[in-house]
Amino acid sequence: MSAASHGEDGVERRDFLVITAGAFVGVGAVGLVWPFVDQMNPSADVLALSSTEVDISAIEPGQSITVSWRGKPVFIRRRTEAEIEAATAVDLSDLPDPETDDVRHKEGKAEWLVLVGICTHLGCVPLGFQGEYDGWFCPCHGSHYDTSGRIRKGPAPTNLEVPEYDFVTDTQIKIG
Amino acid sequence: MSFQTDNKLIKWFDDRLPLVTVMHHTFVQHPYPRNLNFAYQFGSILGVMLTLQIVTGIVLAMHYTAHTSMAFDSVEHIMRDVNYGWLLRYMHANGASMFFIAVYLHMFRGLYYGSYKAPREMIWMIGVVILLVMMATGFMGYVLPWGQMSFWGATVITNLFSALPIVGDPIVTWLWGGFAVDNPTLNRFFSLHYLLPFVIFGLVFLHLVALHQKGSTNPLGIEIKGPADYISFHPYFTVKDFFGFAVFGTVFAVFVFWFPNYLGHADNYIPADPLVTPAHIVPEWYFLPFYAILRAVPDKLMGVLAMFAAIGVLFILPWLDRSRVRSAAFRPQYKWFFWIFALDCVVLGYVGSQPAEGLMLVISRIATIYYFAHFLILMPVLGWFERPKPLPTSIAEAVLAGKTSTSEGEKA
Repeated sequence: MSAASHGEDGVERRDFLVITAGAFVGVGAVGLVWPFVDQMNPSADVLALSSTEVDISAIEPGQSITVSWRGKPVFIRRRTEAEIEAATAVDLSDLPDPETDDVRHKEGKAEWLVLVGICTHLGCVPLGFQGEYDGWFCPCHGSHYDTSGRIRKGPAPTNLEVPEYDFVTDTQIKIG
Repeated sequence: MSFQTDNKLIKWFDDRLPLVTVMHHTFVQHPYPRNLNFAYQFGSILGVMLTLQIVTGIVLAMHYTAHTSMAFDSVEHIMRDVNYGWLLRYMHANGASMFFIAVYLHMFRGLYYGSYKAPREMIWMIGVVILLVMMATGFMGYVLPWGQMSFWGATVITNLFSALPIVGDPIVTWLWGGFAVDNPTLNRFFSLHYLLPFVIFGLVFLHLVALHQKGSTNPLGIEIKGPADYISFHPYFTVKDFFGFAVFGTVFAVFVFWFPNYLGHADNYIPADPLVTPAHIVPEWYFLPFYAILRAVPDKLMGVLAMFAAIGVLFILPWLDRSRVRSAAFRPQYKWFFWIFALDCVVLGYVGSQPAEGLMLVISRIATIYYFAHFLILMPVLGWFERPKPLPTSIAEAVLAGKTSTSEGEKA
């Protein structure tokens, strides 16, 4: 060993080389791995389809339609007076996931209920106008939702999700 | 020195399944001649390239659709929509070219230093099989984007088999799964293109088993005689190989990021049209020398046979070469003929890229005759006529003799 390769504190030139080379390899490897991970995330064409506009003028009170948004079903239900009353009359302490009805529809649009049609238990699509509360009933594992789409009975932990949406006009809504 | 440890868990595991011992033997302790130069770099680079092709390929298959009406668009979908899809596809496409560059350099190294000679014939012959499977894989991969070059390349190459008498046409129909290259062809090519890299992986394993059985050659072409002649794989050759990866990776990156389509053909960005052939069709550059041989022969069947014979002759090379000296460093005449042969391959590659007419046709015929003459005439004859230079008695002696003269001054 020549004196030139040793530092005063016993640190060799080789130690420096090993650490810097190792650091570059590490950073490079992580940088190379990311594209392989990210390629499985939604691609640009999938993200481009992230909002859907729906014409709701033909839906009469007491009717419901199902539209597709991001590959998922969305329920748009025009509620009757009786159904709205049933939803608002419930005592919050009876609910597993307490939420008042008015936070589940747009202000002044109590008639219109827009919900992601996927049971919060394990992802099945609940059936409309069924179950003990006449809202939705999930046939997979028996979850009952009321006319506000709130979970009332069964294994589902939370209420049916309200997607992000807006009224473009009185008869047109944009989901997403 | 075999693997030693005090860790009880590793001992328990290794006693029942000796993975650690085998890995230690292969990647740490295996002795390599101390004088390996940078020509011996390409084996490990090829291992990295094979892995990279498999990984990028698996990922691309997640987004690709093997159907004539969707394949071309799905490739454009990869390029435009999939996150980093452009990078993954360019890595895969240019990776194929880099793979062939490395494999050809690896083979020329073998030719120069006589790596194919006894007792290493099996290493060489498995290597030739790997080359053949690589060619099949590369060809089928090029068909998948379903551009004009894909379609017409597939048509021309599968038609090679129609040259065979009697069975030719039924074989071609069988390969196509129809009466022309069409959806069934595309589907089976996709399936096989996915399968063959794993076949190569298995062949590489055999290649390495054979290599470790007889050990690596070296630039001097003499065997290891004692402990002074070799050093362990780790850390000496791991470090050397990593340096090689960095240099090779830099060249690779230049292609991927700055010239991603340089090695391809613009016509392959036109969707396949079974009714119109492009004006000038050429295969990928790595097939050009063989393509030139095919076109040099004015007979359909003989042309096809000559092309396959150009690779087949490599199988019998260990027995064609009659010289008892391995390395070209000690073979004054072979050394020249080696470089002439290398030039001949480049010439074949060039004429393969040009239209087969006039002067190019004449050159391709001369170069083809020389290609076969090199193996069938020069190699056996040189062994008898050539007077090799005296070989050093050991690797250590030759290496240390070289060191003292050049680096004595720097050390002081």
